Amino acid sequence: MIVAEQKPMEEIAEMIKDFNKILILGCGGCVSVCLSGGEKEVGIMASALKMFVKNNQNRDIEIKEMTISRQCDWEYFDMVKDAMAEVEACVCIGCGAGVQGLVDVYPNVPIFPGLNTGGLAVGKVPGVWEERCAGCGNCILHLTGGLCPIARCSKHILNGPCGGSEKGMCEVDPKTIECVWHLIYERLKSIGKLDNIYKIMPMKDWSTSSDGGVRHLTREDMAKLDAEEEHKKNVELEKKAEEAEAAAKSQG
Amino acid sequence: MSDELKSGSNLEKVFKGGHFAVTCECGPPKGADIEVIKKKASYIKGKVDAANVTDNQTAVVRMSSIATSAILIKEGVEPIMQMVTRDRNRIAAQSDVFGAYALGIRNMLCLTGDHQKFGNHPRAKNVFDMDSIQLLDVVRTIRDEGKVNSGEEVEGGIGMFLGAAENPFGDPFEFRVHRLAKKIAAGANFIQTQCIYDMDRFKTFMKQAVDMGLTEKCYIMAGLTPLKSAGMANYMNKFVAGITIPQPLIDRIKGVEKGQQTEEGIKILMEQIEECRNIPGVAGAHIMAIEWEEKVPELVERAKLLPRPQV
Repeated sequence: MIVAEQKPMEEIAEMIKDFNKILILGCGGCVSVCLSGGEKEVGIMASALKMFVKNNQNRDIEIKEMTISRQCDWEYFDMVKDAMAEVEACVCIGCGAGVQGLVDVYPNVPIFPGLNTGGLAVGKVPGVWEERCAGCGNCILHLTGGLCPIARCSKHILNGPCGGSEKGMCEVDPKTIECVWHLIYERLKSIGKLDNIYKIMPMKDWSTSSDGGVRHLTREDMAKLDAEEEHKKNVELEKKAEEAEAAAKSQG
Repeated sequence: MSDELKSGSNLEKVFKGGHFAVTCECGPPKGADIEVIKKKASYIKGKVDAANVTDNQTAVVRMSSIATSAILIKEGVEPIMQMVTRDRNRIAAQSDVFGAYALGIRNMLCLTGDHQKFGNHPRAKNVFDMDSIQLLDVVRTIRDEGKVNSGEEVEGGIGMFLGAAENPFGDPFEFRVHRLAKKIAAGANFIQTQCIYDMDRFKTFMKQAVDMGLTEKCYIMAGLTPLKSAGMANYMNKFVAGITIPQPLIDRIKGVEKGQQTEEGIKILMEQIEECRNIPGVAGAHIMAIEWEEKVPELVERAKLLPRPQV
């Protein structure tokens, strides 16, 4: 899932310093699971922000609290139409995609990020999440025993482990970062695929990652359906308009 | 090893001539002070076969290794230009290789580089478009096939004697010799190892390398760093990843008076050099007297490695 953590209250308060009516909008998806942007966190943030602004900016603000099921689909954004019309600004505590989805739908409302989005992670133990996928767009997990060096090696190297691997830990932080290449080695050994690591892995094609510019995913079959429906609608609308015109003429 | 010279550098010819090669480090200044380089060059000129010019080592900003290497050539010292992939992508790296060759640089050490976290700009974005092994492969392809990584032909060939580092003390140990093999397959003509203190482990590593036929394909230099004090030994043992200093060695330095510890460290270095010369497959010593270039002449002299061969 996408993990994120709340920004410091100071930073959020600074963003909204010119506004008195705020909507805090949560998301029922990933950020709800990682306890940073769900319904409960919306409530806690609303109280904390009100207090912080009172104590530090010496003013009262009005906060509206809402949470939608997902902040990555247009249909859900429509559900906050009325609330958006009532407030001066919105603090979005969905992921970075959520903030930008709202910006697309509500061009006249200032939308501020309440979270720092951290990547694609799994929960290791309760309360601890660790990045597992960098979304590079060109998966190599079949070569590395299912463990990703792009997301998990501090230098993203493809021919590891480097000289900074000691007792299974990475030199960048030997206390908290496991050397994923050590793990890959052990994993490949246990599944009888050490040949994979003996071969030189060539340079990666980064054009499928963010290095290739903003990425789009288009499902041609779905997109076509949409186009067909759109076309049908347009035909109907034209037909109706013609009928209305004809009716008007006959009346005239 | 093929008879054909890769670049015809002094270092390559010393190896080819069957001599025990000696290299040292020459760190660029943290600024544009050319006098620092001239001074360091004056200490090491004629005392080593070539000197490594570090590329923003430990991710601390310094004068570029290309510029420093070019200055060293003028000062009569043959450089081994280090290049890390931390700060340059495949476009910049290949461009810099062309530039380095045009400036007369004939030895190059391909490294991934220390993580920026350890340096003076820990908030920097790293590049790591490729790793050291891929960089070796890229430069070898330019040299041997006359093509850049995209397959386009280069204008004018390059000759470059290619090196890499390897740490026999990293984990998992059983994989280390295979990683060495990968570096050699990618294009390494010579290897400089990480600082050796655990001689037994190094000997095991070298035996594996000899058994796999790797020393027939590549010259391996033993990396050695003199310990200046018991404090330095303790620090390196505890805090430098991939370096283990056996306790008897630390105790030996601790056992002498503070004022005598540096001398004890040099004595240890002399013993290590002697020991390495007798390990099958070791083709030279890379003496990393970090920021201690003025000491290099004495170290090389006392190790009976002077005069350096004229090749």
